[in-house]
Amino acid sequence: MRLSRSLRAAALAAAIGLSAALPTHADEQFFPLQSYRVGPYAAGGTGFFGGFIDYLNLINIRDGGVGGVKLTWEEGETQYEVERGVEVYERLKSHPGVAAWNPLSVGIAYAMIDRIAKDKVPLITINHGRTDSTDGRVFPYVFPLLLNPYSETSGIVNYIASREGGADKLKGKKIVVLYHGSPYGKETIPIYKLLADKYGFSLGQIEVPHPGNEQQSQWLSIRRAKPDYVVLRGWGVMNPVALKTAQKVGFPVDHIIGNVWSNSEEDVIPAGDAAKGYVAITTQASGAEYPVLQEIIKTVYGAGKGNLDDKKRIGSVYHNLGIVNGILNVEAIRIAQRKFGQRTLTGDEVRWGFEHLQLDPARVQALGAKGLFHSINVTWDNHEGDGRVTFQQWDGTKWKVVSDWIAPDWAFLRPIIEKSAAAYAAEHNTKVRTSDETPVSQ
Amino acid sequence: MTRPVRSIATGWLSAPHFAPAVLLIVAYGVVPFAGSDYLLDAVLTPFLALGLAALGLNLLTGYAGQVSLGSAAFLAVGAYAAYNFNLRLHGVSFLMSLMAAGLVTAAVGIIFGLPSLRLRGFYLAVSTLAAQFFVQWALTKFGWFSNNNPSGVIDAPQLTVAGIIFTGAVGRYLFSLTVVVIATLFAIHLLRSQVGRNFIALRDHETAAKVLGVPLLRTKLLAFGVSSFFIGIAGVLWAFAYLRTVEPAGFNLDRSFEILFMIIIGGLASIRGAFLGAAFIVVFPLLLSRLGAALLGNVFDSGVLEMSQRIVIGALIIGLLIAEPRGLIALVDRLAERVLRRSPRPLPRSPQF
Repeated sequence: MRLSRSLRAAALAAAIGLSAALPTHADEQFFPLQSYRVGPYAAGGTGFFGGFIDYLNLINIRDGGVGGVKLTWEEGETQYEVERGVEVYERLKSHPGVAAWNPLSVGIAYAMIDRIAKDKVPLITINHGRTDSTDGRVFPYVFPLLLNPYSETSGIVNYIASREGGADKLKGKKIVVLYHGSPYGKETIPIYKLLADKYGFSLGQIEVPHPGNEQQSQWLSIRRAKPDYVVLRGWGVMNPVALKTAQKVGFPVDHIIGNVWSNSEEDVIPAGDAAKGYVAITTQASGAEYPVLQEIIKTVYGAGKGNLDDKKRIGSVYHNLGIVNGILNVEAIRIAQRKFGQRTLTGDEVRWGFEHLQLDPARVQALGAKGLFHSINVTWDNHEGDGRVTFQQWDGTKWKVVSDWIAPDWAFLRPIIEKSAAAYAAEHNTKVRTSDETPVSQ
Repeated sequence: MTRPVRSIATGWLSAPHFAPAVLLIVAYGVVPFAGSDYLLDAVLTPFLALGLAALGLNLLTGYAGQVSLGSAAFLAVGAYAAYNFNLRLHGVSFLMSLMAAGLVTAAVGIIFGLPSLRLRGFYLAVSTLAAQFFVQWALTKFGWFSNNNPSGVIDAPQLTVAGIIFTGAVGRYLFSLTVVVIATLFAIHLLRSQVGRNFIALRDHETAAKVLGVPLLRTKLLAFGVSSFFIGIAGVLWAFAYLRTVEPAGFNLDRSFEILFMIIIGGLASIRGAFLGAAFIVVFPLLLSRLGAALLGNVFDSGVLEMSQRIVIGALIIGLLIAEPRGLIALVDRLAERVLRRSPRPLPRSPQF
């Protein structure tokens, strides 16, 4: 009786599963979104996922999708918490036609690395994520597009060098890194040391315990050390507090360089006047003057389908990051469609698209994003794609780009990344790919 | 001394041996076949892990009357200990790592339980906060714990017991279920023994217990040790069967409060209450969220829905605690009694808190 009931239940479940799988629209590509619109990081989440959805909407309204394939999505709220992200993953992974996952959270991305490798769907961690996943030989499905934490560090040091008039001028200079007391904050400690040895600048690294709403003692030590530059590797409330405290101890704000998670409007506006002149790294310029943003304003917001509630946030740092993320995802699908045909692609086919995601400045211009971001050149073994960085200065009301597109020192970083990836491969018995082959399942 | 024993025995089995047997048959015989991957992986596995943690805290807070806000820290100790045993001692089976992680957590729990010898109630709760902050700090500060992984996040090893690898949603669920069932049986056995009676005596009246000859020092530390042991095991399940990754930030004070709320809402000094509370905190919001998305998903965005769910859950908690301060379990028992038309029996007195 029990057995027959469970068998019947299993048959029923299988039937439901089949019927759910069968009536797939042949021309839909699905984006599961682990968004966070609630909680302490909601400002980043609403901006990023708003920009992403705005771009997907633009493609659907203006072009009727990618190659006739309509883009669809569903949001699951994570509040930036890992276990909620995992729950959303398990819930949405069986949806037909999943293109790629874009969690914008290191913790959630880490929890997904095993899962997406098994399910063979790409995981996009634009501007963040696990540094060694840049090595596509070991991590075939993970793409830290544009920038990983190490290249970010190298980009910041290169920018300081350019302000000083060349890399040789770094010798004898003093740089202090003020980092958030979390795994994220500590991730770049060894790489700053390596760069200090390489260029001969002296280095101090000072921790600010989470959440960082009290930094008096750290800034007093900074004042004693009299560094030439302070790199702010902050997160959340730590950023405005750092800027305000710097003003109190009299450290010049234009010699504070913010990293990629200290570069948004939400980081500087609460600091008020103290933030005026503050410089921060970014992979995508802010502002709404780029053609692609103008089209989004006209086509998407004009049709009342815009995702941001507050239209003033159009063109903000996180919104533009979401748009750039949209461009990269859509172009990867377009590139994969050229090889596999204009239909709903499998996750593995989309991975192939990401591994051939090569957008030169001319193509970026054709997409209406000239000046918004520089270019990307992803290959099967380089999943970051050599993204360039630029630096922006806060003028009290908006960010203004103050540098050229700067290239991090990829050749210097690559051996470190490969070493770390090799250790991962050994620990997990992962087969290291030697060519652009389809990864074998583990 | 006989009343608590009877209340445990009858409290656990409202219709002795029948209800749990049915539950076990369903959990082992039906759920793995009928449940979807989503149900097993994203609903039941975290429910089992946090249910076990709530059971652990209930031993300490519900039965022995010692309030602790360090549960999340003990979860973290368990997870990181199992990871390190597995990584550094070759040839040690995962089951051994699991047990060893429980023992390490018990040791850490005893250390942070030392203030209980002098402090009570809220003061003790505040002192257990030390565990919360210290453990998170240590795990972030010393790279050794996370094998010097630059981001401090660790990957889970495979669940292997006696050559059988528990992969897939069903495997992980069955592994967690088995661990939780064994742990629960152990807890029941413990509570029926002299140790369990000492716990309750300690909770109900410390001075009286001392006069009766209950060794206060040993009992208190034992309560912390046993409770932490369970929570440490729960941490291993949470990290390796559910998330399959661990970061120190995932074990913050919020999680400690969550586990404390589970036992308050589910019912203090009740094993079933711990699991009911875990269901209310883990499973119920998911159901509500699915319901909200299905009914109103096209009207509001996910942020608005999430906020409304919080309001609903908050209102339910207030309503529930006003209607039945002894928790869900008292509610369930009352309903069961009404259905079975049994004579009412005394419920365990709620502890001083």
